Amino acid sequence: MKTIDLSVATTRDLNQALHAPAEALAAREWLVTHPGGKHNLAVGVNEALSITIDGHAGYYCAGMNQKADITVLGNVGVGVAENMMSGSVRVRGSASQAAGATAHGGLLVIEGDAGARCGISMKGVDIVVGGNIGHMSCFMGQAGRLVVCGDAGDALGDSLYETRIYVRGTVKSLGSDCIEKEMRPEHLAELAELLDQAGFDADPASFRRYGSARQLYNFKVDNASAY
Amino acid sequence: MSEKHPPVLRESATFDRLTIQEIQRAAETGIYDIRGGGTKRKVPHFDDLLLLGASMSRYPLEGYREKCGTDVVLGNRFAKKPIHLKIPVTIAGMSFGALSAQAKEALGRGASIAGTSTTTGDGGMTPEERGQSQHLVYQYLPSRYGMNPDDLRKADAIEIVLGQGAKPGGGGMLLGMKVTERVAGMRTLPVGVDQRSACRHPDWTGPDDLAIKIAELREITDWEKPIYVKIGASRPYYDVKLAVKAGADVIVLDGMQGGTAATQEVFIEHVGIPILSAIPQAVQALQEMDMHRKVQLIVSGGIRTGADVAKAMAMGADAVAIGTAALIALGDNHPRLDEELKKIGSAAGFYDDWQNGRDPAGITTQDPELSKRLDPVEGGRRLANYLRVLVLEAQTMARACGKSHLLNLDPEDLVALTVESAAMARVPLAGTRWVPGQGY
Ligand SMILES: Cc1cc2nc3c(=O)[nH]c(=O)nc-3n(C[C@H](O)[C@H](O)[C@H](O)COP(=O)(O)O)c2cc1C
Repeated sequence: MKTIDLSVATTRDLNQALHAPAEALAAREWLVTHPGGKHNLAVGVNEALSITIDGHAGYYCAGMNQKADITVLGNVGVGVAENMMSGSVRVRGSASQAAGATAHGGLLVIEGDAGARCGISMKGVDIVVGGNIGHMSCFMGQAGRLVVCGDAGDALGDSLYETRIYVRGTVKSLGSDCIEKEMRPEHLAELAELLDQAGFDADPASFRRYGSARQLYNFKVDNASAY
Repeated sequence: MSEKHPPVLRESATFDRLTIQEIQRAAETGIYDIRGGGTKRKVPHFDDLLLLGASMSRYPLEGYREKCGTDVVLGNRFAKKPIHLKIPVTIAGMSFGALSAQAKEALGRGASIAGTSTTTGDGGMTPEERGQSQHLVYQYLPSRYGMNPDDLRKADAIEIVLGQGAKPGGGGMLLGMKVTERVAGMRTLPVGVDQRSACRHPDWTGPDDLAIKIAELREITDWEKPIYVKIGASRPYYDVKLAVKAGADVIVLDGMQGGTAATQEVFIEHVGIPILSAIPQAVQALQEMDMHRKVQLIVSGGIRTGADVAKAMAMGADAVAIGTAALIALGDNHPRLDEELKKIGSAAGFYDDWQNGRDPAGITTQDPELSKRLDPVEGGRRLANYLRVLVLEAQTMARACGKSHLLNLDPEDLVALTVESAAMARVPLAGTRWVPGQGY
C-alpha cells in the first residue's frame, strides 16, 4: 500500500504518481489521506489500481477514470467520475451535481444522495445511487443504466436517448420524451445484478423503469412544443 | 401596358423575393430552415480595411530577398509542450460526421505539408485525421461525443468549445442522414437520429468552474498540452477576460461569418458579431491583463485571402483559422459539379446544404459512394497549395509594410474604408485621423 498525504503533497504530485508507467507502479493499492475537498483528485488514472481517498473530495474526482477502482470515504463535488471509461468509483457519502456526467463505462456507486444532473449525457456507464437524485438527471442520457433507490427530482430523463432508468421512489416529473415503461423479466434481472454489484439490498420488484419514447429522434412538426 | 412602356415590377425592400420564399417555405413545412456555411449577408469585414504600404516614412522590405517570418508558437503560457507552427493559418474544428473521413484525412495531409494544425470537432478523433495531422487539436465540446482519455493523450492540444461564431449560445446539430453506423458508433447514438447536442457543458457552468475544468484537463494530461478556449463572438471583451483568468493558453475567437455544417439560417444570420468588431475587444482584454502575445489569439470567421490574414494579424491576432475556405480548397462548390448541384436544387458557388449529406464533392457527406470521390492525397495537395498562397500573400503585404515577421504587423498599418469599419476595427478612416468613438 502506498500512501500519499495531501496535507504535504500536492494534487499534481498525486496525479503524476498515479500516471507513472505501468511497470513503475509497484503499488497496486493507494491511500490518499487529508484530501480536504481538493479538486481533480485521481483524475486520468489508466491502470487497474485500487485507490482509497480518505475524506471529502472536490470537483471531478476520478475524472476520466479508466480501469482503476476508486473509493471516496466522504462526499464529492461536481462531476465525480465524469467521462469515466471503465473501472469503478464508489462514493460513501453524497455527490454534488453532474455525477458520472458523459461517462462511457464502468460502475459509479453513490451511497448517499446525488445532486442535479446526475448521469447527464451518460454514454454507457452504470450509475447506482443509494439515496435521491436531483433535477434534470440523465438529461440526454445516451446509453448505460441509472438506478436510483430513493426519489428523483424534476425533468428526469429529458431528451433521453437509450439509457435505461430505474427508480424505486417517486419521480417528481419526467422530462420531454421520457416515459414509464414495462418492467419485463430481463429488466428485473439486470436491475438485480446492478444492485448486487453496488452492494445494495433492495428488491428489484419495488422499482419502476423509465426510458425514451423515441418521439424526438427525428424532427416532426407535431412535436415542436417538446423542443 | 403599351410596348413603349414595359411594366417595371418593383421589388419590395422589406418583402424581397428571398423573404417571400422563406415565408412560403415556413408555411409549407412548419420548421425553420437549416443549412451549412456562414452568414451570407454583407457585414463589415476585412475588405473594409486597407494596409498602409511603406514609402518614405517607413521602409519596405525587399520582396524576395528579405525574410518575413511566419511561424507562431501557441500555448506557451502553461503547457509543457506548446505547438510550434510554421504558418499562422490553422484548420478550424470540423467534425467527422459533418465531414467525410476522406475530407478529414485530406485536411490532415494538407495542413501537415504546410506546417500547420487541424482540429477535430463534435464527434471525436478519427484515425484518418490523427494519422495524417502532425499537429492535432482535440475539441472538448458540451456533447463530449467520442471523448476519451486515450485520444486526449494522443492530441497535441485541447480546445474547449464554448461556442461558434455561426451560433453563439447554440448547440450542435447533425441530421439523421449523416448519422451512419460509424458516426453513430463514435457518438454512442442510435443510427439515423437527428442529433442535437447540448449548448452548455454538462459538468461546469461559469468561469470559476471553467478554471477547475481546465485544471482537470491539465492534470489528466500532466500539464503537457496547450489548452485553447473557443468563443463565438458576441461579448468577446468579457469572454476573453474570463477565459484567460480561468487559465486558457490560447483563445480562439470565431466571428458571426464563421461557417457551420448545420445550423438554423436565422441563427447564422442574426446572432453574434462580425469578426472585425470582435478582434479589437479581445485584444483590449488581453492587453489590459498584460497577456497579449502571452495568451495567443486565433481568429476566424470569413478568412479567405492572404490580405485577410495580414489584416487580422495587424489587428492583433497571433494566427487565424479557416473552415469554409479549406473545404473550398478541397473541392467544395467546384464548377465541375455544377450539373450535379443543379439536380439537387443548388449550383456551383451557391451550395450550402452541407447538413443533408448529398455533397457531390464527397466532403460534407457520409455517403460511401460520394465520399470516395474525394481523393485525400489530391485534396491535401490542393489545400497545401492554397495555404501556401495565403501565406505568400500575407508576407507580400507585410514586407510592403516593412515587417520582418507577420506578427510585427500592427494596427498602425491599417486604415478603414468606411465609418462603420473604422469604428469596429478601431483604426482611422482612410485619409483622416478619425477613429469613430475615440474622439479626434
Ligand atoms: C463543415 C463544418 C463543420 C464544423 N464543425 C465544427 C465543430 O464540430 N466544432 C466547432 O467548434 N466548430 C465547427 N465548425 C466551425 C469552424 O470550426 C470555424 O469556427 C468556422 O468554420 C470558421 O469560419 P469560416 O468557415 O468562415 O472559415 C464547423 C464549420 C464547418 C464549415
